[in-house]
Amino acid sequence: MSESPEAPLRTADGVPLKVSLRRTVRRSKIKALLLVTPLLAFLIIAFVMPIVEMLWRSVDNPEVSTYLPRTAAALERWDGTDLPDEEAFAALAEDLRVGQAERSMGTLASRLNYEKSGMRSAISRTARGAANLEPPFRESLVDAHRAWGETDTWRLIKRESRPFTPSYYLAAVDRQMSPDGEIVKVPEHMRVHATLFWRTLWMSAVITGLTLLLGYPVAFLLASLPARRSNLLMILVLLPFWTSLLVRTTTWIAILQSQGVLNDVMVALGVVADEARWQMIHNKMGTIIAMTHILLPFMILPLYSVMKTIPPSYMRAARSLGGKPFLSFRRVYFPLTIPGIAAGGILVFILSIGYYITPALVGGQSGRFITNYIAYHMQTSLNWGLAAAIASILLFVVIICYLVFNRLIGVDKVKLG
Amino acid sequence: MAIPSYATRGERIWHYLFLGICGLVFLFLIGPLLVIIPLSFNSQPYFTFSKEMLTFDPAGYSLRWYHDFFTSSAWLNAIKNSFIIGIASTFLATVLGTVAALGLSSRYMPARGVIMALLISPMIVPLIISAAAMFFFFSKVNLAQTYVGVILAHTALGIPFVIITVTATLSSFDTTLIRAAHSLGANPTRTFFKVVLPLVTPGVVSGALFAFITSFDEVVVVLFIAGPEQRTMPIQMWSGIREQISPTILAVATLLVLLSMLLLTTLELLRRRSERLRGVTPE
Repeated sequence: MSESPEAPLRTADGVPLKVSLRRTVRRSKIKALLLVTPLLAFLIIAFVMPIVEMLWRSVDNPEVSTYLPRTAAALERWDGTDLPDEEAFAALAEDLRVGQAERSMGTLASRLNYEKSGMRSAISRTARGAANLEPPFRESLVDAHRAWGETDTWRLIKRESRPFTPSYYLAAVDRQMSPDGEIVKVPEHMRVHATLFWRTLWMSAVITGLTLLLGYPVAFLLASLPARRSNLLMILVLLPFWTSLLVRTTTWIAILQSQGVLNDVMVALGVVADEARWQMIHNKMGTIIAMTHILLPFMILPLYSVMKTIPPSYMRAARSLGGKPFLSFRRVYFPLTIPGIAAGGILVFILSIGYYITPALVGGQSGRFITNYIAYHMQTSLNWGLAAAIASILLFVVIICYLVFNRLIGVDKVKLG
Repeated sequence: MAIPSYATRGERIWHYLFLGICGLVFLFLIGPLLVIIPLSFNSQPYFTFSKEMLTFDPAGYSLRWYHDFFTSSAWLNAIKNSFIIGIASTFLATVLGTVAALGLSSRYMPARGVIMALLISPMIVPLIISAAAMFFFFSKVNLAQTYVGVILAHTALGIPFVIITVTATLSSFDTTLIRAAHSLGANPTRTFFKVVLPLVTPGVVSGALFAFITSFDEVVVVLFIAGPEQRTMPIQMWSGIREQISPTILAVATLLVLLSMLLLTTLELLRRRSERLRGVTPE
């Protein structure tokens, strides 16, 4: 008995083919997902959650509401024009007394000191004598420290009792909140971050440009030589790529420092006077040279893999059609290598703006990157909120570049070695 | 790249100029690594060539910095830590990464692009940001200043490399080979061990090597989340460069250059093996 043409196709056990196929596909999907799940779970715990926590920390503002809960509550109804009423002063005196007893005022003092200098001493000095404060608290607090007689101090406390603050982000771009709640630039001598952001960007652009300039001819040579010889030369590219970052930075210190190899050679050759040795390290130049060297393979490898796919006959065809060498190169070969330039360029740029070790070791004062300030705020100034805010801004820039990269090239096209 | 016979004189000059430029770039790439090797045999505590070294006077050369290195408990301890952390995190990254790569290479993987981007992200996010973030998070869950913390962090950093190399190997894997094996009478187990595994192993091993070298060379994260007990080689070098600069560092650097040569050779052999197994003859 033959089935009519309209009846659905069936598998051997009588299930319609479509249903059976859908079932198989779903099973394969689940199987694939299950294979990825352990890694995904691991990365979410060990990598994504820390990043989210850092983003949270860059706006998190728990200090005032935790350590001055009564004051924050009393200030809720205050309109901010004149000094608050006695109730708020009494609340502050009580908060400070409790805080002193629990020895928890240090965090609060440094938090408010970021916003208004002098707050650290105002809080710690008043807290020390808080147990002996007598009503009326308004007079006794202003006696203890004059900061409590200023409306700005109270406005600051009211403002910072909110659960989130933009002030770390403002500080990361050298801005602050004025007492009136307006965003103003910080005083001239304290502006460091914006300069560093710009310096990181333009120096990374210079490094990317230099790697392209040096990498393009080498990639071209490697792509056009016969395999046996290009493999041999490829070792010269891959060996530095595989060598420890610190080793490469160390060698540049040995070569470039004022008592180093290059200067010694120049002095011996009489090019440079012994007392006028070149300053090539611990400045911008040191950072640019060392990082160009370190990142050069990341430019050569993508360029090479693109150039390898361009048939050499294209150039010969262009020549035979009458194109002069330069014209043929510019109109035929070069446009075909643009994907490689984009891949290498974005890769080098992303890596460069996030570099920390090399600028820290060979950059001196003038060749530092914004990453060095993240480390500074993490380890020395201990202003972690600010470190988190700077890191978040940098992360944002990197993610933008990464999305562009992914759009243009596709991350699964990345090859190693 | 030979010059065609129809090349003009200008083109010939340009060709040799081009070769010269390439030669200089190669010198720039490899020169620094070659400079430090003789420097590490300096008998004087300087970072430059002494007169004796330039005149090849044996008195200018010595092994004292290598001796320093191999007798210093701080350095030896740092090597030990580097290997413990490197091997443990490589193992974790390779196992998790290979299993996930099998899933990612499936035709039916849903949301492949997003998941892939997420898995690669530890390679893209600047190390200092990962380090700061992990420091905040690991301090909270009491993993900062522990071996486990550093190993987990390095595992996360190594995973993208395993994913990239193993998915690349799997994408060029010819699935008809599996069917061929079946049709020739092999059962699934035998097919896996005799056909699939030998073809995939080179990719897995080179992924593992990448993960290992990532951990072995990593400074920033260790700087932030490790305690004094987990001092690794890179940290020892880092503080050596910043504090008491001594040619011992050059001796270590030379040894590390040798290590990278070894790794490079291994990878090249793996690549050839994998090509041979696939029946691609090297040109």
